[in-house]
Amino acid sequence: MIGSALISGLGLGSMYGLLALGFYVTYAVSSTVNFAQGSSMMLGAVFAYTFSVRLGWPFVPAAAMALVLCAVYGLLVELLAVRPFASRGSNAWLMATVALGIIADNTVLFTFGKEPRGFALPWAAASTNVLGVHVSALQVSIPVAGLALAAILHWFSRKTKHGKAMLAVVQNADAARLMGINVPLAIMAAYAMSTVFAGAAGIMIAPLANVHSDLGTVFGLKAFAVAILGGITSAWGVMLAGLIFGIVESLITALLGSAYTQILTFTLVIVALALMPHGLFGRAELKKV
Amino acid sequence: MKRLFITLALAAALPAFGQETIKIGLVTALSGQSARAGEALTRGLQVAIDEINAKGGVLNGRKIELVRRDDEATPAKGVIAARELYFKEKVAVLFGGLDSPVALAIVPIANENKLPFMDPWAAGTPITKNGAKDNYVFRVSAVDELVDKAMLQYAQKTFNAKNCGMILVNNPWGESNEKGLRAAVSEKGAKAAGIEKFEPNDIDVVPQLSRLKSQGADCLFLVGNVGPSSQVVKSLDRMGWMPPIVSHWGPAGGRFTELAGPSAKNVHFVQTYSFFGRQSAVGDKVLKALMAKYPDVKGAGDVTPAVGVANAYDAMMLTALAIEKAGSTSGTAIRDGYYKIDRYDGLIKTYTKPFGPQQHDALNENDYVWAQFIDNQIVPVGMKQ
Repeated sequence: MIGSALISGLGLGSMYGLLALGFYVTYAVSSTVNFAQGSSMMLGAVFAYTFSVRLGWPFVPAAAMALVLCAVYGLLVELLAVRPFASRGSNAWLMATVALGIIADNTVLFTFGKEPRGFALPWAAASTNVLGVHVSALQVSIPVAGLALAAILHWFSRKTKHGKAMLAVVQNADAARLMGINVPLAIMAAYAMSTVFAGAAGIMIAPLANVHSDLGTVFGLKAFAVAILGGITSAWGVMLAGLIFGIVESLITALLGSAYTQILTFTLVIVALALMPHGLFGRAELKKV
Repeated sequence: MKRLFITLALAAALPAFGQETIKIGLVTALSGQSARAGEALTRGLQVAIDEINAKGGVLNGRKIELVRRDDEATPAKGVIAARELYFKEKVAVLFGGLDSPVALAIVPIANENKLPFMDPWAAGTPITKNGAKDNYVFRVSAVDELVDKAMLQYAQKTFNAKNCGMILVNNPWGESNEKGLRAAVSEKGAKAAGIEKFEPNDIDVVPQLSRLKSQGADCLFLVGNVGPSSQVVKSLDRMGWMPPIVSHWGPAGGRFTELAGPSAKNVHFVQTYSFFGRQSAVGDKVLKALMAKYPDVKGAGDVTPAVGVANAYDAMMLTALAIEKAGSTSGTAIRDGYYKIDRYDGLIKTYTKPFGPQQHDALNENDYVWAQFIDNQIVPVGMKQ
């Protein structure tokens, strides 16, 4: 029982982590986030379903095209819902990103339909027995892909020129601008990356779940809790917090029963934040005056 | 002058053209996830109304007319639509309630204004057992507490199950069935392995199911709409656990096989009617009428969800009898008219004294049939492989 709960928790946890990484990327670069990350995740699933099932494309190009469209959506989020407000020092992007998410959800509702659709991947159903625990290919591939994406993000930000430019923006936007780094472009790139992460999570979760316009709502909320829990300033911290959240959630359900899952998980989040206000792996921000 | 004369003559002739029609209202989801179910109710009603009108209508030749409104599956919209139909359109009887919360919101309006309300779908027990002294709410459909009894009976008889676990969606419908299943189980002196809830949007139900498995469940009682139900089936697949699954009728509401995959057929769920197999004379007649009126109906498989069509058809026929017995369209007279119905050879069964002051549900646990999905069709269990 604990074995299968752990596997479930790892799978869901890495999805929370991926979504939360999206919060981390934009927050690090611009101190803003797309509160409707759940909608970006849903778009990934809906686009992939549309290309793969409705238009009959093979899975890989369908998923790639879906991610490209997710990136475009990220650019739109930044251009329409963040920049007009953040550039004038307003915090209205908080509401604007939520509003854009609601618009996206409802547009999908009208175009895709309200009926949930099944998105089965033949290879995902293959399963095997590991130490008496039944494990499906999908359950293994989700955490692997999630961690791989987190590793790619790490590598990108440390080893590539563009990544380093983004890190410079993180450290000091004004200094970065003076050094000739295009700050608005770096922020747009961060938003595109953030929705691509969410879209990837959506594509991976789609065969496990059903595809519908409401797919990401609860997920987005939990992912935000995870981002804060991990201390939104650390990429690995956020990913790790996702895994911890997922595993704790599954273990509580398996050991104590589903009646306690939400109550206990979120109580633990509050307790953890009360004890460590900067998150499990975050650092206190230094504000120099 | 000539024109005036014609106008006057026309005006004088109009009332004689046909007596005032009797309006029947329908409040249901006509858009969204449950639109198919709303369409099924419409078709059942319309086929019955066509048949009644072809035979000369009711109350000495008055024709029946259907007026529909969309409740978008939300109680607030349902209430607005119900008020409009009752007070503006002046419907004699309001049909409605696909979703129990919508039906429950309409119940007080019906009872307070003494207007008959007929529920052809929503199964919530308190819809008809609403505690009102003057009860104007009737139902031709399944009732949660009876479905729960039937689920236990079926699990014991068909699967020889001794220790079923409950996996229920975490909403008022799941709650209502938890109560019903607990009562049914304790009434039989049996016990439940465990009770687990899951959220309608949960992606992985493995933790809940492994808990039930470790508690020794030898079968599962499932309550949830089509999406959540499919999550349970997929989670069972991932666990490699295949207990018998006895379910409320949630899976019947959508593309269950597409959502749940090949194991969808393992779920046996309750229905009130199936157009597959040998039909009674009434069954043949209704199926033919459906095929003649709706070009997309080419056979029994296209009448989906069948329960909506069948419940609405019988409910409309019973309502016509009640209006006839009432002798008028007054709400109280029609309510008493329902009580006076002696016998009706219906689609689902032959109704004998279907309603009485203490009996507002025309169907009971002996009228249920058990069905499963084979490919995309709902067929009686065991009829197809």
